[in-house]
Amino acid sequence: MHGKKWVNKGVHPSHHKGTHDCMSQKITLPDRILMPMQQHIGAPCRLLVARGDRVKVGQLLGKAEKYVSAHVHSSVSGTVSGITALMFPAGNRVETVEIIPDGLQEMWEGISRPKHSTPEEFLQAVADSGLVGLGGAGFPAHVKLKAPPGKKTELLVVNSAECEPYITSDYRECMENAEGIIDGIQQILDHLSIPQAIIGIEDNKPEAVHKLRKLIQKDPRITVQILKTRYPQGAEKMLIYSLTGRKVPAGGLPLDVGIVVMNVNSVSFLSSYLSTGIPLITRRVTVDGNIVARPGNAVVPLGTPVGRVFEFCGGFTREPAKIIMGGPMMGTALYSLDMPVMKYTNALLAFDAKAADRGKETSCIRCGRCVEVCPMDLIPAAINQAALREDVDQLLRLGSINCIECGCCSYICPAARNLAHSMRLAKWQLKKASAKEGSVQ
Amino acid sequence: MSELIISSSPHIRSNDSSRRIMIHVLVALLPATLSAYIYFGVRSLVLTAVSIAACVISEYGIRKLLKRDMTIQDMSAVVTGWLLALNLPPQLPVWMAVFGGFLAIVLVKQLFGGIGQNFMNPALTARVILLISFAGPMTRWAIRGDGADLITTATPLALLKEAGGRVLPDMPKYIDLLLGNVGGCIGETSALALLLGGLYLLVQRVISPVIPLSFLGMTLLFTWAAGGPSGIFTGDGLYHILSGGILLGAFFMATDYSTSPITTRGKWIMGVGCGLLTGVIRLFAGYPEGVSFAILIMNILVPLIDRYTLPKPFGTPKKGGGTAHA
Repeated sequence: MHGKKWVNKGVHPSHHKGTHDCMSQKITLPDRILMPMQQHIGAPCRLLVARGDRVKVGQLLGKAEKYVSAHVHSSVSGTVSGITALMFPAGNRVETVEIIPDGLQEMWEGISRPKHSTPEEFLQAVADSGLVGLGGAGFPAHVKLKAPPGKKTELLVVNSAECEPYITSDYRECMENAEGIIDGIQQILDHLSIPQAIIGIEDNKPEAVHKLRKLIQKDPRITVQILKTRYPQGAEKMLIYSLTGRKVPAGGLPLDVGIVVMNVNSVSFLSSYLSTGIPLITRRVTVDGNIVARPGNAVVPLGTPVGRVFEFCGGFTREPAKIIMGGPMMGTALYSLDMPVMKYTNALLAFDAKAADRGKETSCIRCGRCVEVCPMDLIPAAINQAALREDVDQLLRLGSINCIECGCCSYICPAARNLAHSMRLAKWQLKKASAKEGSVQ
Repeated sequence: MSELIISSSPHIRSNDSSRRIMIHVLVALLPATLSAYIYFGVRSLVLTAVSIAACVISEYGIRKLLKRDMTIQDMSAVVTGWLLALNLPPQLPVWMAVFGGFLAIVLVKQLFGGIGQNFMNPALTARVILLISFAGPMTRWAIRGDGADLITTATPLALLKEAGGRVLPDMPKYIDLLLGNVGGCIGETSALALLLGGLYLLVQRVISPVIPLSFLGMTLLFTWAAGGPSGIFTGDGLYHILSGGILLGAFFMATDYSTSPITTRGKWIMGVGCGLLTGVIRLFAGYPEGVSFAILIMNILVPLIDRYTLPKPFGTPKKGGGTAHA
């Protein structure tokens, strides 16, 4: 067992994994689909359709033209009813295709089993599938899988830690499609000549461990390792450290220590794509929160308005005050139920006003709890103060840039200070300052 | 539908609050307060109540006057008032306690920005100001005799100093130090009660064990090594850490969040520094007791300690120094 050290850090929020045993259920087609041209980290896609066009299931709507980007495909057959600039929670606007489904779900003629005999073809297939990290980060998979020249991937880490409260979408994949996960892993290992893979699962999911272990008996390259249940165990850097004892260098990537990390849902999607050629157009979403009538796991066509997904789960029992896309620790609060489900949407949570209340922010009492829990060994309280007075030198000295925004500091703060938010502020200030410096030189 | 709340993640928070932490501290002070009542009588309770009232009223008044958000509900003023009382002699005139409470809250805490901003421990600073201003009443000790009346006595540390570090037969025994049957400040005499309160703070994770352990350990070592009547390593270190204000100081005062380092390495330095200074003052300075001065001196060093114990972010190479920034 490696990496015990960081586990003394982090936090232990209540699991709330009430949807643990909820079989995934396919949601009925919505009457409107919104497909943003950017559902990933990286550059937006180039729009390929126009108003009035008829599109089919799996048809390319947006083409990824930059290196870090991912194609967007239609999840329905129907008619493009408009192109809008949808406002995202961060305030930016993203070009978005609105489609009215015709209910026929006609497959696009362009769909065929991808060729994947060489590593290059394999990576091309991954790129064509439109896959991005399904664990919530949304990083384009083909970019992640491609080792830069001179670097070799020694290990594939498959992330099934699922340390965020409420979310059971990874767990359900292990229970419902363990074969797909293992096949996906084997394909990646084979095609990219990666010698071994480790699946990391937290110790509160013994059934999943059992299920996966049974399937890997014949493949010595793959092991399942049990992790202590602790948030943020599933954060890339923490996960790698826990499983291998390797520390991703500050400011670096997992590949710097020879590792690629992928979510379980991502690897099993690859398995299905390689055999069917159907790109990423649906995904499993955990629907939960204290006011959802029938919490569960829904298989949702991408682009479905979140309000529709909640309706499928019986709607709300009380007035919603906060809707979160993702987990309660790192998810994004939505301003509208019309926002679409996107590739990285692993959960949709709804809370009433009482549950959404984080309490009034009061003065820091210097209790040091944020320091105790920070998995990156930062001093959130000090960064908070430096960010509030825009002290860039101090932010630099405090290593603010290393924050992984896991939210442990804000979670634990007895004064309800928005520490994680000020970390984001700090990074933004540093970026602004370095851009300024750059322009002077 | 009404408007949705938009805020930055995380969207949940633990149920901890500043007020809850303060209430834990108050609970931890109960055993010492009870022991004070047993050995010093009802006057110790009166003085405690007065000191708390003085602190809360001062905080209320100054926040109003400065037009700041009201903060008395966080209970930190109650903690300060209570701790101040426990650091006062049982027979101190009541008005001096009121004055002390005023100094602690207004001068030391609020004029520097309120909770979390003061750089010296409010209760201890007020105690030291009182000690210097009213040296007589602040060093007059009494304890309940056979009857209900209090009889004048000396503190164990004063006796120890007089005896040159030797524990004489007519001096208080370990059992007296444990129970609190000795002269001293209201809340400092019963080692057992303080250990109980300290344990409660540790179990509730209100404080980390680093400062109390290093503080007590260092004083024990130092007084054992240098405090003996017959040369090196003959001192009674245990007698030292069971008497005077050191247990109250180590568990309740040196661990004060605002005035102690935020990093674990810093906490070690704080504890060792307090322990060493306490030992030096007790053995070699004019005063028999040095806990208050030791903690206050270390308080002043805290910003410096924090500065030099800044941890390296995860994944920063051990060698090479500097701060990691991509």
